[in-house]
Amino acid sequence: MNSSQLLGFTTFAYLFASILYIAIFIFRAQKIGLVASVVTLLGFLGHTAGFAMRWIESYQMGYGHAPLSNMYESLVFFAWSIAIFYLWLEWKFKNRLIGAFAIPFAFFSMAYASFASEIDGQIKPLVPALQSNWLIAHVMTCFIGYAAFAVAGGIGVMYLLKDSYEEGQKQRGAEAGGLFSTLPALRVIDDIIYKCIIFGFVWLSTGIITGAIWANEAWGTYWSWDPKETWSLITWFVYAAALHARFVKGWSGKRIAWIAIIGVFSVVFTYYGVNFLLSGLHSYGRPD
Amino acid sequence: MENKKGNSLWNFFASVKLALVTLFVLAVASIIGTIVPQKEEAARYIELYGENIAKFFQVLDIQDMYNSWWFVSMLVLFSLNLIVCTIERLPHIWKVVHQDNLATTNPERLGKMAMRRHFSGEMSLEQASGRVETAMRKAGWSLSQAAKDGGILFFSQKGAYTRLGVIIVHVSILVIFTGALIGSFYGYKASVLIPEGGETSQVYQSNNQHTAIPLAFTVRCNDFQLTYYDTGMPKEYRSDLIVSKGGDKLYEKSIVVNDPMQFGGLTFYQSSYQPVQGQFAVQIVNDTTKAAQKFFIPARQENKWLSEKVVFGITDLSGPDMMKRYQYKVWFSDDKAAPSEFWINEGGTAKIKRTDTTYTFTAQPRFATGLQVVKDPGVWTVYSGCIMMILGLFVIFFMSHRRVWVFVTGDGKKASILVSGMSNKNKIGFEKNMDAIYDSFADDASLTALPQ
Repeated sequence: MNSSQLLGFTTFAYLFASILYIAIFIFRAQKIGLVASVVTLLGFLGHTAGFAMRWIESYQMGYGHAPLSNMYESLVFFAWSIAIFYLWLEWKFKNRLIGAFAIPFAFFSMAYASFASEIDGQIKPLVPALQSNWLIAHVMTCFIGYAAFAVAGGIGVMYLLKDSYEEGQKQRGAEAGGLFSTLPALRVIDDIIYKCIIFGFVWLSTGIITGAIWANEAWGTYWSWDPKETWSLITWFVYAAALHARFVKGWSGKRIAWIAIIGVFSVVFTYYGVNFLLSGLHSYGRPD
Repeated sequence: MENKKGNSLWNFFASVKLALVTLFVLAVASIIGTIVPQKEEAARYIELYGENIAKFFQVLDIQDMYNSWWFVSMLVLFSLNLIVCTIERLPHIWKVVHQDNLATTNPERLGKMAMRRHFSGEMSLEQASGRVETAMRKAGWSLSQAAKDGGILFFSQKGAYTRLGVIIVHVSILVIFTGALIGSFYGYKASVLIPEGGETSQVYQSNNQHTAIPLAFTVRCNDFQLTYYDTGMPKEYRSDLIVSKGGDKLYEKSIVVNDPMQFGGLTFYQSSYQPVQGQFAVQIVNDTTKAAQKFFIPARQENKWLSEKVVFGITDLSGPDMMKRYQYKVWFSDDKAAPSEFWINEGGTAKIKRTDTTYTFTAQPRFATGLQVVKDPGVWTVYSGCIMMILGLFVIFFMSHRRVWVFVTGDGKKASILVSGMSNKNKIGFEKNMDAIYDSFADDASLTALPQ
């Protein structure tokens, strides 16, 4: 088995799991809950094995390094972080319905990595700038943070859907029930969202800091307002604002759900938009 | 609190609203700086945006936005906001941390707390107190006590200082800013190009004037090596540097990207390289005697290696080929036989067989190594601020202030024990703490737990 095969298996496992979770949600088929979790777990184990295999394969090719060095590898790790973060959430909050709003992200990340023509999946040696142990610390901390934020955003969507459904039901004077009744109470969803944001915020802070320290070791400057650095700071501001809005101003519910969703756009731009739409040290493409 | 600079001005700087507005403006401004290219030539902005907008940009310093007066002012405003907010909130937090809970707690409130449990025992007040102390110690809580309202009030707490986590995080930002200020006032960023075999005793500041900054020593680049992977991508840029003063070698180090040289309060980073036009680096080794010499020569010049009685030169060039590499034509003679003439690839090696020995001949372009030279006395302050922030975040989000009260009352024959607790965060985790305390009391055979 090579890493490509393992990661291919993983992609389909996450697709299957996404379908199962959505089915549980739409058809209220609680009984297949365990199947969905097992499929996710198997996908995750294959994912971990694939990651390790690719690491080993790079050594076999003579230029060994952790598989965290380009867009393909980061997308794979991003998906891995989402999967492990979700599995932990599922275990902690004992609720499988979150899966419908989280695992699809893991699937899309893997699918995009594997099938997009602009993403090169070949194992390549590290250029001098990336030959550092900081690569592992910086990339991992950033992506675990991104994963938590992505899941928070997904759960934010879940919140808004349930909230607007309940509003509609209330206006019609109808009983709250139906599709969204199997979701946890809004208060509980809100609690999960803000805890995901806290978790992501601590990891993103560490990610920005490890990036700064690495930059100083490599280039002599811990902060140069490079677009990637600047956008990661903007994302940090968005979530810092969310935490202040909650803890100081008492915002909760719909507002926090919206911030969680908007934050994901900032994360996506920081991760992906900067590389392809702006110039700078992290760019793969250049503007006209 | 009374003598601060004017109530409404102080309140303005102490407001969270100001923080959110400043963060928002800083975020929007920062975004603009990522879309409008920074630190380019004036002509570039005219080219991209036309004369009028380019002129407007110049007025606002948009081409160097992050150092512009208005951006820096926003950072100053943000800092003032942080400082005032911290000063404003610290006294109250300090008060809560150091509060004498025995004095301030009204035992009546304890009966209304969400987390509470009643126990009773057939014993005197003093005996019950002893039981309480034992049970709490077993559960891992140390107590203080005071007589109150005809009974005895016990109090224990853990993590009071965690309430300072918020202060730590906010102060850490100020520490980072201070480090940045120290760096910009007492440090500099400079660069220098040193040809292989050459040396320098000054560097050039990375500002518009490229002001020369003299060094207290000389830095020599003995060798610059560029290696490639078999894929053609660069593998390593390495400079062998030697620091000397007055002819004495003080220090040497081979630097690569991610492994700079530190000397004399400065750090030298492998930053770039460029070929020295028309110059070549030639190394010749006598394979028998192992005598070796390095030469930096132009093309079409006769060069002598006197100790070996060798004369050589690069007589012609060809290329560049598809891989952008050149080939050199070499003429080599030791006066013992006819001269050797051959083509060699840029960066390649040739074995020249002569009458009584073989020479190994390598030739590549002569490079100048580009070093980034930085003096930054503020770096460790910035790093301290970063560590402080991580620790502060950990304290805020993963630690809590937990308080437990035990109120014992009795008539001498029967004692009543009320155990209650409160936590400012992580209720679920604290519930587990309380359960462990209740179990500790329940384990005491002389006490009975009362129904909820």
